[in-house]
Amino acid sequence: MRYSIFQVLKEGLTGHRGWRPVWREPTPQAEYDTIIIGGGGHGLATAYTLAKVYGGKRIAVLEKGWIGGGNVGRNTTIVRANYLLDGNQPFYELSLKLWEGLEQDLNYNTMVSQRGILNLYHSDAQRDAYRRRGNAMMLHGSGAELLDREQVREMLPFLNFDNARFPVRGGLLHRRGGTVRHDAVAWGYARAAAALGVDIIQNCAVTGMTIENGRIKGIETTRGPIRAAKVGCAVAGNSSRVMAMAGMRLPVESHVLQAFVTEGLKPVIPNVITFGAGHFYVSQSDKGGLVFGGDIDGYNSYAQRGNLPVIEDVVEGGMALMPMIGRTRLLRGWGGLVDMSMDGSPIIDRTPIKGLYFNGGWCYGGFKATPASGHVFAHLLATDTPHPTAEAYRFDRFRTGRLIDEKGVGAQPNLH
Amino acid sequence: MIIPHPLLGPRDAQEFVYLGDACLIDRPDGMAEDSADAFHDYVYMRDNPAGEHRELWYHEQGDRSWLVVTRDTVTHRILRAELASDIARQRGRGR
Ligand SMILES: Cc1cc2nc3c(=O)[nH]c(=O)nc-3n(C[C@H](O)[C@H](O)[C@H](O)COP(=O)(O)OP(=O)(O)OC[C@H]3O[C@@H](n4cnc5c(N)ncnc54)[C@H](O)[C@@H]3O)c2cc1C
Repeated sequence: MRYSIFQVLKEGLTGHRGWRPVWREPTPQAEYDTIIIGGGGHGLATAYTLAKVYGGKRIAVLEKGWIGGGNVGRNTTIVRANYLLDGNQPFYELSLKLWEGLEQDLNYNTMVSQRGILNLYHSDAQRDAYRRRGNAMMLHGSGAELLDREQVREMLPFLNFDNARFPVRGGLLHRRGGTVRHDAVAWGYARAAAALGVDIIQNCAVTGMTIENGRIKGIETTRGPIRAAKVGCAVAGNSSRVMAMAGMRLPVESHVLQAFVTEGLKPVIPNVITFGAGHFYVSQSDKGGLVFGGDIDGYNSYAQRGNLPVIEDVVEGGMALMPMIGRTRLLRGWGGLVDMSMDGSPIIDRTPIKGLYFNGGWCYGGFKATPASGHVFAHLLATDTPHPTAEAYRFDRFRTGRLIDEKGVGAQPNLH
Repeated sequence: MIIPHPLLGPRDAQEFVYLGDACLIDRPDGMAEDSADAFHDYVYMRDNPAGEHRELWYHEQGDRSWLVVTRDTVTHRILRAELASDIARQRGRGR
C-alpha cells in the first residue's frame, strides 16, 4: 500500500480498518544469495539498497531480537555532516543528501527535521578549531556558519552565557543537520525492503558460520542453518562476537552509551545544541521531551545499561549550560552497545574470508550514517569493490597508518 | 561499580581511569622479525569478549597503582582485582 494524504483521509473516513502490517513474517529459507546479519538501521538500509539499486534477489536480513530494538531505536536521533577529515566528511555529506530525499524514496514519514545543530564554543582556541572545521564543511558543500555571542543569544536566550568558567562565546551552526525519528527509519526501511522481496526474519540469532577453503558457505542460526554465497555483518555493538564466529579479531571495543528523555514540555529548544566544555547535547522531540546524552561510560560493556556517574556528569553539563532545565523530571534513561573502533571511525570492507563482508566500528555516531552506510555496503556486497565514497574505511588503515582519528587521541576507544 | 583494591580495600570506580584489555601488559619485542605484525595486533586488535574480561584500571585519584581487574562485561560484576605489577612480574617482567 502506498502511503499518501488521500490514503490517510480515506482511512480516516472508514475507521482505519484498511491498514496492513508493513512487512511479512517469513520463515527462513534453506538458501539465500545474500544474508545480512543484524536488522538495525544499517542492515535494513543495506538490504533495501541491494534490492533497489543493485537488483539483488533472494536477500534476507536476520535479526536476533526485533526490528528497531538495537541502537537504531536507542540513539538520540541526531543527523549531521560536520566532520573535519577527508576520509569522513564526503561520506557524511552523502548521507545527509540521502536523508534529504529519504521520505520520498521510502514513501514513509521518518520525520526528517533539519532544525540545525549549534556547537557552542567557549574559548578563543575552540573558536579557531570550529572555524577550521566549518571551512572543511564548506569545502564539501555541507554548509557552516560561525555565530558570535550575540547571534547565539538571539537564537537561544536561555543559555547561561556568563558561566564563570565556560562563558558562551559563540557557536558553529550547521543548518542542514537536525533530527530524524529513529524507529521510523527502521520501520520505513523494513517496509520498503520487504516490498522489494527481502525476507526480514526476526528472533533469529546467528550462532556460527560455515567456512570452507577460505570461503563463506552459510551460517548457523537459532532457527537452523542457512546457506548463502555472500554474508554481510552489520551488528553494531556485537561486531566482535559475530566476527569471532569467523575466527576474526577486530580493532573494536564494545562500550555502553546512555541517553535520557524528560517529561514532555512546551516547545523551548528550537534546534540541537551541544555544550563545548562538557559532555552534554540536547534536542526536543516532537512529543516535547528533552532528549539528551553525553559521553560513553568508558569501559568495555555488553550490559546495554550504564551507571550513575555518567548520568551525574551529563546532568551537571546540562545544568551548567541551561539552568532552566533544573526542575524538569527525567522520564527514562537507557543504554546501547556501541562498537568503538580504535580510531573512532567506521570500517566497511571485505574480510580475508571470501564472501564475508563487515560493516561496523560506528562508535556513538552511526545513526546519521544509516542511508550512506546502506548505500556503500550494498555496493560492496554487489560488486566486491569498495564504494568510492567509503574507500578510506578499510581494515588495512590500521596497518598502513592511514587512520581517520577525528579527535587525535590514538588507539584508545574510550577517549574518542 | 566498586573495585576491591588489593591494598586499599573497596574503592569507587570513579577514582580510576580505564585503559583497556590487560593484554597491553605484554608489549611485543620491537626488534623481532615480525614486530610490525605484532605491534599492529598489540595496538589495535582486541578480543572484546562478552563475559569475563581482564582489564587495566589506574588508580589516579588514589595510590596511583595500576590494577588488573577481572570483570564480567555483561553484568558489570567485578570478580577480582590484582596489582598489575604482580602480574607483570609473574610473567617474567622485571617491573
Ligand atoms: C544512546 C545512544 C545514542 C546515540 N546517538 C546517536 C546520534 O544522536 N546520532 C548518531 O548518528 N548516532 C547515534 N548513536 C549511534 C547509532 O545509534 C549507531 O551507531 C547505529 O544505530 C548502529 O547501527 P545499526 O542501526 O545497524 O545498529 P543496531 O540497531 O544496534 O543493529 C544491530 C542489530 O544486530 C543485531 N544482532 C546482534 N548480534 C546478532 C546475531 N548474532 N544475530 C543476529 N542479529 C544480531 C542486534 O540485535 C541489533 O538489532 C547513538 C547510540 C546510542 C547507544
